Amino acid sequence: MRNLSTSLLRRGIVAAAVGIALVLGFATASFAAGGVTAGASCQPDPTTACIQGTLRDDNGNAVAGVKVTATDPSGASASVTTDATGVFKFAGTAAGDYRIAIDPATLPSGVTIASPTTTAKNVQLGALKPVIIALAGHGTGSQSNDIGPSTTGQLVWQAFTQGLLLGLLLALASIGLSLVYGTTGISNFAHGEQVTLGGFMAYIFSLQLGWNFVLASLMAVVVGAASGYVQDLAIWAPLRRKGIGISQLMLVSIGLSFALQYLYQFFFGALPLPVTADIQQIGGPLYLTPSGYWSMGVSIVVLVLVGLALTRTRIGRATRAVADNPALAAASGIDNNRIIRLVWTVSMGLAALSGALYALVNNGINWSTGLSILLLMFAAVTLGGIGTAFGALVGSLIIGIVVQMTGIILPGDLKYATALLVLIVILIFRPQGILGRSQRVG
Amino acid sequence: MDFGQFLVQLLTDAGGSLVSAVTAAFVLAAIGLNLHFGYTGLINIGQAGFMLLGAYGFAITVEYSGDFWLGLLVAIVVAIIAALILGLPTLRLRGDYFSIVTIAFAEIIRMIGDSPALQSLTGGPVGIQGFKFQGPFVALSPLPHEGTLSLGPLTAPYTGGDSWWLRIVTWGAVVIIALIALLLVKSPWGRVLRGIREDEDAVRSLGKNVNLVKMQSLIIGAVFGALGGVFYVLSGSVQADGLGRSQTFLIYTCLLLGGAATVFGPILGSLLYFVFTTILTDVVTTYVPHTVMNVTQIPQFVWILVGVGLMLLVIFRPQGILGNKRELNFIG
Amino acid sequence: MTDYPYDRTALRAELATVDELPGSAKPEPILIVDRITRRFGGITAVDVEHLEVQRGAITALIGPNGAGKTTFFNIITGFDSPSAKEARWRFQGETIASASSFKVARAGMVRTFQLTKALSAMTVLDNMLLGSQAQAGERLLRSVFWPSWTGREKQLVEKADELLERFTLHDKREDYAGSLSGGQRKLLEMARALMSDPAMIMLDEPMAGVNPALTQSLLGHIQDLRDRGTTVLFVEHDMHMVQHISDWVVVMAEGKIVAEGRPGSVMKNQAVIDAYLGSHHDQDLGDDAVLEEDFDELAKVEETEREVEEEKLEEYVEAVREAEGEEN
Ligand SMILES: Nc1ncnc2c1ncn2[C@@H]1O[C@H](COP(=O)(O)OP(=O)(O)OP(=O)(O)O)[C@@H](O)[C@H]1O
Ligand SMILES: [Mg+2]
Repeated sequence: MRNLSTSLLRRGIVAAAVGIALVLGFATASFAAGGVTAGASCQPDPTTACIQGTLRDDNGNAVAGVKVTATDPSGASASVTTDATGVFKFAGTAAGDYRIAIDPATLPSGVTIASPTTTAKNVQLGALKPVIIALAGHGTGSQSNDIGPSTTGQLVWQAFTQGLLLGLLLALASIGLSLVYGTTGISNFAHGEQVTLGGFMAYIFSLQLGWNFVLASLMAVVVGAASGYVQDLAIWAPLRRKGIGISQLMLVSIGLSFALQYLYQFFFGALPLPVTADIQQIGGPLYLTPSGYWSMGVSIVVLVLVGLALTRTRIGRATRAVADNPALAAASGIDNNRIIRLVWTVSMGLAALSGALYALVNNGINWSTGLSILLLMFAAVTLGGIGTAFGALVGSLIIGIVVQMTGIILPGDLKYATALLVLIVILIFRPQGILGRSQRVG
Repeated sequence: MDFGQFLVQLLTDAGGSLVSAVTAAFVLAAIGLNLHFGYTGLINIGQAGFMLLGAYGFAITVEYSGDFWLGLLVAIVVAIIAALILGLPTLRLRGDYFSIVTIAFAEIIRMIGDSPALQSLTGGPVGIQGFKFQGPFVALSPLPHEGTLSLGPLTAPYTGGDSWWLRIVTWGAVVIIALIALLLVKSPWGRVLRGIREDEDAVRSLGKNVNLVKMQSLIIGAVFGALGGVFYVLSGSVQADGLGRSQTFLIYTCLLLGGAATVFGPILGSLLYFVFTTILTDVVTTYVPHTVMNVTQIPQFVWILVGVGLMLLVIFRPQGILGNKRELNFIG
Repeated sequence: MTDYPYDRTALRAELATVDELPGSAKPEPILIVDRITRRFGGITAVDVEHLEVQRGAITALIGPNGAGKTTFFNIITGFDSPSAKEARWRFQGETIASASSFKVARAGMVRTFQLTKALSAMTVLDNMLLGSQAQAGERLLRSVFWPSWTGREKQLVEKADELLERFTLHDKREDYAGSLSGGQRKLLEMARALMSDPAMIMLDEPMAGVNPALTQSLLGHIQDLRDRGTTVLFVEHDMHMVQHISDWVVVMAEGKIVAEGRPGSVMKNQAVIDAYLGSHHDQDLGDDAVLEEDFDELAKVEETEREVEEEKLEEYVEAVREAEGEEN
């Protein structure tokens, strides 16, 4: 593979190398064609530039195990995780500006970052370029400080409240996932991208256009809801009329999710983008940032409203009727298609809100944000019992708390793995989910 | 670059992707997925997880033991164990639970591989570099260990890296596995599989041990996937992010393109897929100005088309090229 | 077919000695059920204290909608489990309680479903072949060595052809089961179940949604089955048919067995009339009005009617076949 691409490079057809590399697998492509690699032992020489930085929390302690990605001027990228001393190093073969991005999901709990991307400007071949990245807060194993938690009890409490917050944000998104499943039978794999859409809209309106974040997230919700409406109009309603089976619908949603992910990468790049410019301090009884408190409040209010709408209003009852027994609902005079259109609209609006708030509390959104929580949403929905809105809420809270609590013990992404393990274990003992019903045969 | 030159480049690239070991690796995974999805109706959306698991099992074993065959054996055994662990709780449940658990499994494998926690074993996000485990495979080659061979416009070393030796072995494996799959699905056992895809309760009522047969299908398809994973990394490195969800969806695209529930569908589909994306990439690279689309955006653009293509395929031609429309109407 | 020494008069005579009471003992029971209950949330769908099914007889299981017949079938065939632990049921002397569904089928009790489960995307012939249980080629390791099963496969194809002939499906042999009509699917499901020569076949509404011409032939098949020694337990709503072919009738209502008896007399039972009228009092009585009449009278009228009808039906069937032949 390398032989082939270097020979082509020599002929100056850099782009063709990307083509070959693509054929050989997308992920390895970035290593083959790129001029940047992980460089734990990087030594600057006439063809090599070294980029190096150290991650420290606000107590000055090294932060290990954080995923850092560097992108060179040609667009090639590589990732490393910070070592025990908090150091990350890259070796580059091109001079120019490098983008350095921190994956906020891999930061230990208690540590946050204002802006997950930094630019290492004017990197020179044959030189070492230091990068400075500011982290806020501090986590497990850190020295005491009067704002953040210090005792184990406080750490557990902080993880719990962060779990609650994650659970609420998950609930906002998964109620829609569950409603769509309930009314249409689609396991919508593109739901994660709807969450991502919300985050990106928040980024565009708040950071790019400079709107107030509240207005920006409202706009995100509007755009999200509109996308749900249009999607049902253009894709799902025609497929319903065609009478397409549910596994086929699921595959369609997989294709859609695929297309959207790369569409986002195409327009926004692969690195996380911040949605606000300010750095926030963790504090208060729940050890959250102010935006964390706000997000929690907004989620609770919206979830209560959705709950009331589902149980108290005519439309809400009709929705549940369609989910319960579509034929019966239609026979009793409900316009199923109208209800489903509404469900898509509202669900995608909720997903966008969830995405905007998620991007706010993690201060970063990238193409894979929704994807990374899609599985948590599925886990939540399955846990609560597929197709029941209330089940989705309960499942989300459990998943959120499990994820954050295991984050105390397990590093980085592995905390997500435990949620998926919980899902598998629960399915063994209660296959219909916590609130679901078993099905009849024959 | 003039058009003639471009055409030669295009044909070379397309031909290269036709015989590439990576294509063969995906064919193997697609044959496995076809057993699950096409014949048994199991919607496994974690096939890349089996590939990754096989790749790690193989690479780590070979790295520490230096024995190619032991590595292959370990890859197969870990796939079987994973299939058992996944299948036992979920195969008796409704289909969507199985799907969600398979994708969760694949993600768990990927996250563990990607995590710095096991860096000494898996290399974390950096992965396991090829030179650590390719040696024993290269040593097995009866071809010259030096020099390159040109067949038409394609030039590759006899042995080592992305070599002719690797291509012969991977495509040989494809022939053997396709033959096994053919015998399996044309047998009464294969008939039970198709029955399960249609209605497992009906098949149960006829005295078939449905859970056992589903498990067998899951295991066999998983082993094919793991073998695909082994061949996938033999020309490169083991990298958790390189075998993630995108690769599973890509396998689906290949399978659906060729035709699910047909023996040759996965092979034809994978070949067409790789040739098509190669050509598309070359065309875009050559004819779209870099100001419109830079080098990182080109593969992204191709992937967008693949996603849209998958949607259109499923909607308008779910049987793919070789499939039978009536056999594959995705009932349920 | 097993060589069961079948003697219809002897069977009727034997059954004539049985008490017409719920749960009465049979001279030669093939299936004995004890204390099966099944609750769904608040409602008790099945609550059967004791039931015996006579070997070699056609037993009809009747009852209003929601009486629990299908649920009862599901439980004894292993597709559902009873709510209480003390449930026991024995088939041919073997305890099959809590056996999984495929084991029940292997023990010789094969069922069909109320909502037909034809394997749509497989051919009629493949459906049939799947019905046979003794197939080495269905074992994974044997399957790849095709010479080990091709011989057996040939025998099975012959047997399937014979059954398809008998069930008038032979022209459809290569068609996808999904293209069959509702009635034909019912036929296919029955034929498929017979591929394994079951000792007992359980049919859940085999006649539902089937046109009169096919009904007639289905009834013939069911009687034929019994005459070849298979025990039949079937659920049916149409009283005419029940009267016509069954040797014994079991009546369920609200999960319980409320009456049992010979077809001629069970309908006079007050419990049965209550069960039906009780659950239908707010509906159009329609057909059910006949329940109030003398069932014996009805049976006699029907007997003559049927003889006349059968001739007409044969003509009708001919006509239909011709029409279908032209269509294809
Ligand atoms: N899975 C289930 N969940 C909840 N209730 C069920 C379930 N299966 C059956 N029931 C209930 O149990 C009762 C008996 O149902 P069952 O299907 O056994 O009736 P049946 O006698 O077969 O009726 P029919 O003649 O209409 O087919 C009904 O009230 C039904 O609603
Ligand atoms: Mg019923």
